[in-house]
Amino acid sequence: MIAFSVILFLADSQLNLFASSRVYLNSLVSPIQYIADAPQKLSRVISDNLLTREALKDRNQELEKENLFLKADRLLLTQLENENKQLRELLNSQRSFSNKRMIAEVMSLRSDPFTHQLLINKGASDGVYVGQPVINEEGVVGQISQVGSTTSRVLLIVDASHGIPVRVQRNDIAAVVHGSGAWNKLNIPFVQSNADLKEGDLLVTSGLGGRFPAGYPVATISHFNYQQGALYAQVTATPVALLDRSRYLLLLWNDHQFSESDLSLDLESEDVTAE
Amino acid sequence: MSLLSSYRVIYSTFIVGLLGAIYPLPIFLNAFRPDWLVLIIFYWVLALPHRVSIVHAFILGLLLDLLLGSTLGTHALLFSLLAYVVSMNYQRFRYFTIVQTTLLVGLFVLITKLALYWLASSLQEIVLHKHYFWSIFTSMLIWPWFFFFMRYLRQRFKVT
Repeated sequence: MIAFSVILFLADSQLNLFASSRVYLNSLVSPIQYIADAPQKLSRVISDNLLTREALKDRNQELEKENLFLKADRLLLTQLENENKQLRELLNSQRSFSNKRMIAEVMSLRSDPFTHQLLINKGASDGVYVGQPVINEEGVVGQISQVGSTTSRVLLIVDASHGIPVRVQRNDIAAVVHGSGAWNKLNIPFVQSNADLKEGDLLVTSGLGGRFPAGYPVATISHFNYQQGALYAQVTATPVALLDRSRYLLLLWNDHQFSESDLSLDLESEDVTAE
Repeated sequence: MSLLSSYRVIYSTFIVGLLGAIYPLPIFLNAFRPDWLVLIIFYWVLALPHRVSIVHAFILGLLLDLLLGSTLGTHALLFSLLAYVVSMNYQRFRYFTIVQTTLLVGLFVLITKLALYWLASSLQEIVLHKHYFWSIFTSMLIWPWFFFFMRYLRQRFKVT
């Protein structure tokens, strides 16, 4: 039995043998996860139902105001979009925006203490696939690492095995952001010590690697330090999204989905070892 | 009592243990969560080594791996090792006083935690939080009560 579990451990960690059967295995345990999540969900529903009429009215008013502002911004956005399209046509460069989105709720259950993962209540039956980008209203959260039929796991950008290609919004310097394993710190290795980076610069997804759509905010640079004579600077960043506090996440569908064989190639080039 | 109903009681404690292992807690309490499954396996193998075998511990560990999203086989390996050690020595452990078994539980949880850390760090770069080992103390604190509660359950439902 012990030899068997050693074999299992090696088979899953080194050879990734269970990639296809994990969907079924994950679906097997999802009832337990739903049961464990149920009390919290119930208390949320109750507290939502127990709001007074005054509070609801206030909230409604607030939301209507916000909606008005957002709509006003959107008016401008369509114009800008058209202008952008025209300019892109002039330059002969196409750029695709992802269309399909889906809201997923976080099931706040305990996960493996050494990795940074979230469990969400959408799975393969909703069309979720491994490697799918996940964002919230503030910025990039992570990507799907495991799928079950009704649940899936999101590997957060702060996990030590996660990497995401970015560019600096101010001047388009390309870099790769690696997770550090701490909740609010990201590392950016291999940045030239004379690179034009400043603390407070916003990093957005570059779209290289084809997994994350371009243009979503990822992190702000919190610390830039280089030693005289060193080849690379030490750069750290903090994620834009509040990773441990978000209740709803947004799943994005890339317009051009990769076929299976492309996906495995993509994994290596992007330096993401999501198991 | 019949075999079937004995197993019904044992399996329901397993499921409650799995729920307890993943039940959402506030962040500051999360580190103090006792290792329910280690306690449950320890108790059942100690009390009924002919009923709860290494296979049970293995399957429980596998389920926990799936629930936590860790690499398959990490908890399965550790739990089957735990069940093996206990089933080899259950006659000796039965004569221990409650203080001694509490210390033993602390030792088991410590070894499990260290081994988990070692296995995880062999796969990838990880950061060890200083709260990681707190659950040893909560597990030890909870063990005597847990032990008497389980013994009550066992006698109440006549699990043999």
